[in-house]
Amino acid sequence: MKRTFILVAGVLSVVALLFMNATKPVPGYGIGDYASDFELPNIDGKSVSLSDYKNAKGFIVVFTCNTCPYAKAYESRIIALDKKYASKGFPVIAINPNDLVKQPGDSMDEMKKRASAKGYSFPYLRDDSQAVAKAFGATKTPHMYVLNKEAEGKYKVEFIGAIDNSPNDAGDVSETYVEDAVDALMQGKKPTITEKRAIGCTIKWS
Amino acid sequence: MRSLLFVSIIFLFSFSNQVAAQKVQVFTFSDFQDIVLDGESPLTVVNFWATWCAPCIKELPYFQSLDMEDDRIKVYLVSLDFKKQLEKVEKFVSDKEIKSEVLFMDERDPDTYLGKVSPDWSGAIPATLFITDLGKKYFHEKAFSEEELKSTVEKYLK
Repeated sequence: MKRTFILVAGVLSVVALLFMNATKPVPGYGIGDYASDFELPNIDGKSVSLSDYKNAKGFIVVFTCNTCPYAKAYESRIIALDKKYASKGFPVIAINPNDLVKQPGDSMDEMKKRASAKGYSFPYLRDDSQAVAKAFGATKTPHMYVLNKEAEGKYKVEFIGAIDNSPNDAGDVSETYVEDAVDALMQGKKPTITEKRAIGCTIKWS
Repeated sequence: MRSLLFVSIIFLFSFSNQVAAQKVQVFTFSDFQDIVLDGESPLTVVNFWATWCAPCIKELPYFQSLDMEDDRIKVYLVSLDFKKQLEKVEKFVSDKEIKSEVLFMDERDPDTYLGKVSPDWSGAIPATLFITDLGKKYFHEKAFSEEELKSTVEKYLK
């Protein structure tokens, strides 16, 4: 009896949560929140989860796409981040959440082409249901999140926002927000700057 | 001193008859604040856009109509295009015969102004700020349909 009650209550609260999500999008993760793991298809046909990275110390998660000019402006810097930090335990995970009806240029096929043309050394995942983008609270491309892996399955959000202080001109950068955050975490410290905003293209929601 | 010059240029423009397409003015954020906060219209509407942003381009004509057809409303179109693409913006403004005032934001790090425009702005565009003559600010990080924009404006004009 008691068990049935708990079950019913559980189902009801899930329904309520779903309903709330439908009417009002959740604000997503803030600094200090734990990010839930996900499983999304990669351009190589396999699926990728954070838990696949047994030796990772954290992650540089970026919501990005093929089509946004700001995403393109950031692209070479994202590739450079992975080159610099993947071997140190902070790989880049790129996620494309754009709706394909509104933005056909972000299909899996187009993603494969772009990744191979530009030489992506990191996974480039499609978030077809947009559930991961919503969970994170991503609003635009590109939108960066630095996660610190405290333990298996515990991915703490330590930085959100812009890659550096000159999004539209890589030659004019004087502050590297994402690098500084990762460097701090590697030294066992908290990042000094935890949130910085940049311009981006609104995620094309379905 | 320089900002003073910009301000006076804008004043001259605002007194001139707005028939021809606007010239694009390059602004820093503090220049922008001076101008926008000194607005005397019942409602000042600041639309943040870029030539590369498709949903922005789609809603531009709605803001144009507001500006041209409703005396209570003053519209500023703030271009967040890449710094090197001022010419592209100028060409766009003249090709599309845009008559509202177009400001080209000249700031390296968007973080210096995004939060000042609104704490709710994550940095996605299109985004629009509505300021009433009582100084009340309403911010929307979204694209508007024509009807939605009209009803929103009416709401804030009350």
